[in-house]
Amino acid sequence: MATGELNPNHYPAQRAAKAVQHYLNTLYGSPYRVIFLNRVHSGYAEDVADSGRKYKLEITVQDHISNKTEKCKAEVLFPGGEQQRPPQVQASLEELPTTDTKAEEEALFQKYKTNQGLLSEHLPDSHGHVDPDMEPFMHLGSAASSFIMLNESTENTLYNVAQVANVTQLKTENDQLKFDYYVLLHDMISQEIIHWKLLFTWSPQEGVKVLQMEKLPHSHHNETPQNNNN
Amino acid sequence: MMICSETSLSLAEGLQSTQSYNYTKYHSMDEIYRWMEEVERANPELVSSAVYGHTYEGRNITLLKLGLGNSEGRQKKLIWVDCGIHAREWIAPAFCQWFVKEIVDSYKTNKKLEQMLQNLDIFVTPVINVDGYLFTWANDSTRLWRKSRSPPPQGSSCYGVDLNRNFNANWGMVGASFNSCALTYCGRSAGSEPEATAVMDFVGGMIDQTLCFLTIHSAGQLILMPYGHPEISAPNYNELVSVGKAAAAEMEKIHGMTYTVGTSPQILYPNSGSSRDWARLMGIPFSYTFELRDKGEFSHLLPEEQIQPACEEAYAGALSIITYVHDKTFPDSVPPNAAVTSVSGFAVMILSTIMSVLLTAEVSE
Repeated sequence: MATGELNPNHYPAQRAAKAVQHYLNTLYGSPYRVIFLNRVHSGYAEDVADSGRKYKLEITVQDHISNKTEKCKAEVLFPGGEQQRPPQVQASLEELPTTDTKAEEEALFQKYKTNQGLLSEHLPDSHGHVDPDMEPFMHLGSAASSFIMLNESTENTLYNVAQVANVTQLKTENDQLKFDYYVLLHDMISQEIIHWKLLFTWSPQEGVKVLQMEKLPHSHHNETPQNNNN
Repeated sequence: MMICSETSLSLAEGLQSTQSYNYTKYHSMDEIYRWMEEVERANPELVSSAVYGHTYEGRNITLLKLGLGNSEGRQKKLIWVDCGIHAREWIAPAFCQWFVKEIVDSYKTNKKLEQMLQNLDIFVTPVINVDGYLFTWANDSTRLWRKSRSPPPQGSSCYGVDLNRNFNANWGMVGASFNSCALTYCGRSAGSEPEATAVMDFVGGMIDQTLCFLTIHSAGQLILMPYGHPEISAPNYNELVSVGKAAAAEMEKIHGMTYTVGTSPQILYPNSGSSRDWARLMGIPFSYTFELRDKGEFSHLLPEEQIQPACEEAYAGALSIITYVHDKTFPDSVPPNAAVTSVSGFAVMILSTIMSVLLTAEVSE
């Protein structure tokens, strides 16, 4: 395993930095803010006795919606041991969280406060399209999925959201919008598409609060053979 | 006279057919097959086609060969470009179509390109994994299919082989799975899959003439060099790095997107059985996997509005590598009116200017 000064373009630093991206989205992600890893500037890895491996990183992240970037120092501790446990990340942002999304978030919240039912499927669709009205729900799905992706991250994973397959809004509870999401996550390393169900709440004040996460077994039996008609 | 007017008519038709096809939308396999026929029909002096294999489900694996005659009848060198080994990576077949269009639309006015096409034949396969690509168009639940559509082995219910783990290149050694349900399943043996053997048999017969092998994928914005095995280096590693980095620099000039250059074990993950590794092991000196846009925001579901910018930058990168291998192989053929694109070309220009001045001086004496 790479130890000491890391090549910032090589996979060990990149995978650790991706975990930081997921962590930052659990803090700051919203229907109008999605943070992506832009660049790794430097990385350092060391073994921590009885704990695991610790990465120290300097990265730049970018808000996908405002396009603003910010430099960030982060630490990631991947726990050792037989069973996979979530990494511990230390990182924070000063500037990106201050981009003014309050008005839009409040408008979205008011618009959907009394709504429930199926909102959308396939965000984006097969051609990469998203109805502009549904974009906030795709971004919200990314933010909520970041809790899963962070939990599942190891030195041998690189997660992204492949698609939000289904968004169902449940009855608003305690002044929080409540959602049932079906998301498809892509792990670049195994190339697998992993299906998850997510139950969570969101409001402009409270942000995303995940209630339940459930990994679904992907049944290959569902894939019917292609018939030979072109 | 008759010949002239026929040529100009088919030229006009050629321009029209490539201009009315929408290169900024994703196309079904039927549309791509029809487009290949149309491009060939409309540009007979540049384009020919060949079916060089069949998929598991019996469909044609078809390439377009782009090349011009040369008056001296020299044996030509080859460039190989393939797209769509992985079914869900739709931007790759979109790029192969774009690549052909760019060449068709510009070779008559770009002297350098015209000259390269006189020395090179460029073989372009828009979709290798036709069965898989078709499957991704079936319905919303199949869009993210990656593998071929070969049937499950005995005792399994899972279809398909990862064609980019099936080539005869350290097959099964690293970064591949022997589980037929896995997305990196390498098949029951090297070259067990007809799509992979089609490439190996066809290119295998032309190794000595092949200068460059480019295989196009998404996503990640990477230019991957051989080899996928972490313990092996290509003998021309340094040159592969510099040519790859030059290509990435050209790509970044177009829309500011960065592409990282390195071996797969360095910047992505170890793997074996890839077409890129097979090509380099067989002796093709320049072999690269292009991983096009993006870096995770949409991944394989790249929006259609990004097709044009993604293809423009990929074209710049591919052309950079093709131009390099061409100029290295044909150092004397710099056309007199060509735009100077390389230092060696500039040196040749200076030399020929000096020579002509000296000659003039002698004659006038």
